[in-house]
Amino acid sequence: MTSRHASYAGAFHPLARLLHWLMAVLILTMLFVGVGMVSTVSEKHEWLLALHKPLGATIFVLALIRLGVRLRFPPPPLPADMPAIMKFAAHASHWLLYGLMLALPLVGWAMLSAGGYPISLGALHLPPLLPFNGEVFAWLREAHRYLAYLLFFTVLGHMGAALYHGLIRRDGVLESMTFPANAAETVTVEPVIVTRAPEPPTTPSL
Amino acid sequence: MTDPSLQPSRQPWRWAVIVLAVGVLAAAFAYVGGWLTPKRLSSRLIVNELQAGGVHPGFRRNHAKGVCVAGYFESSGAASAYSKASVFAPGRTPIVGRLALPGGNPYAPDSSVPIRSFALRFMLPNGEQWRTGMNSMPVFPVATPQAFYDQLVASQPDPATGKPDPKRVGAFFAAHPEAGPFLAWVKTAKPSASYVTETYEALNAFYFIDAEGKRHAVRWKVTPEANDDAGSGPQAGDPDYLAQDLQKRLAQGPQRWHLRVTLAEPGDPTNDATKVWPSERPSIDAGTLVIENEQAQDSGPCRDINYDPTVLPAGIEISDDPLLPARSSAYAVSYLRRTREEAHFPGAPRANPSSEHPQ
Repeated sequence: MTSRHASYAGAFHPLARLLHWLMAVLILTMLFVGVGMVSTVSEKHEWLLALHKPLGATIFVLALIRLGVRLRFPPPPLPADMPAIMKFAAHASHWLLYGLMLALPLVGWAMLSAGGYPISLGALHLPPLLPFNGEVFAWLREAHRYLAYLLFFTVLGHMGAALYHGLIRRDGVLESMTFPANAAETVTVEPVIVTRAPEPPTTPSL
Repeated sequence: MTDPSLQPSRQPWRWAVIVLAVGVLAAAFAYVGGWLTPKRLSSRLIVNELQAGGVHPGFRRNHAKGVCVAGYFESSGAASAYSKASVFAPGRTPIVGRLALPGGNPYAPDSSVPIRSFALRFMLPNGEQWRTGMNSMPVFPVATPQAFYDQLVASQPDPATGKPDPKRVGAFFAAHPEAGPFLAWVKTAKPSASYVTETYEALNAFYFIDAEGKRHAVRWKVTPEANDDAGSGPQAGDPDYLAQDLQKRLAQGPQRWHLRVTLAEPGDPTNDATKVWPSERPSIDAGTLVIENEQAQDSGPCRDINYDPTVLPAGIEISDDPLLPARSSAYAVSYLRRTREEAHFPGAPRANPSSEHPQ
């Protein structure tokens, strides 16, 4: 007998899904912009740098909004039959992603402050977060680099796990962030492995 | 409510899709970061070449020997018709600058090169900054980052002789006729006895943006008020005569330069620092640069400033000169390396007190 995972009607709030996919594009763009601009010596360096700072500020503001949305509209619980270690990895990586989305722009801002650089987001000038200090700059600049690598690897893991849910487990977790089958109202999950035959549809009573 | 399509699947192609998706993204990231193409010209490669002669922890990878200076810029208001930058409105803007020698050796004798450099950071009132790095030469030897890199490679000392191999240097310049004006100048150039008697040229072109949004292609330079260098010549036996001279002169009073902005005509090259613009181009005296004091670079306020010439206020923009983004990118690498060394970041080279301070 083939065991099946619990079918799962959970869905993220439409606003959460909109923010997720918008930020997925922005964060991936940001990671590539960042790693490219520090390496290239071509004219790309200038426009990538000009893009990096306002994009980082945008991601920071969107991450705050997203955190609010998450607290207001809690995400659907994970399928009950997911092994505890996978659940832990899922939750831990989500909070790590939130932490990095908020930390990287702040570290970038603090780093430019310590380096004595002007902090311009196009026409808007931000005040320095820290006093001018080259040694503090070096630590923050390296933190910015390694936190960005960590973010990239976490994004890779997140993407791999999402595809694992969608292609291997096929448990509806991927769909909860894309096009949920039954997104309208319910976030309840059937708690056990279901191996029964389909139930006859019940007529809603009014 | 079960759905047969929700049955778990372990078909290999499904795993392959996952591995491929993650792998392609990781490879793209590595490619953009330059890790897959170590030979591709990058900021790291240029700075590696600059420090190939030896790392001096905490020092700049180029223009390593220098001194901090401070003062102000007194704008005449004459350039404000061409640039809306507040630094050109009549009034004072504070400055932290640095006078230096090109090259990566912080102990090079002052007479070892005929070029001096002057870097400035203007602190504008609203958090904006203008940073510029100028050199006492009329043109840059090469026009592109690749040619600059190739010149560095060709000029590395031959391990056998400790000197650049004349054959390699000759082959480089034979392949780079654009270096002709620089070579013609350097043939007669002499190391000056003072920093303050030199004219320093920005070499790269920029755009001034006026209040109407109109762009004006410009180059700028600072020309000295002091002109008593002629014939004095460097003092024999003192490798650090420039710092002594600066101290002596500043003890007598502030030293002044004029910031002169040259306006291009249509057709003047903005993307080629090897070419001078015709001498009849109009030039504006934008104001007076006044240097009031100096400090040793290892503790002075210029130490931790990266004089990236693309840090500009509203009203000044970079041109299409390909050297500018390369300078910005490479200076950032140099800045990180030396501040890491100051911070004793794990893995950063440490200064050896006995070797770093021979006196």
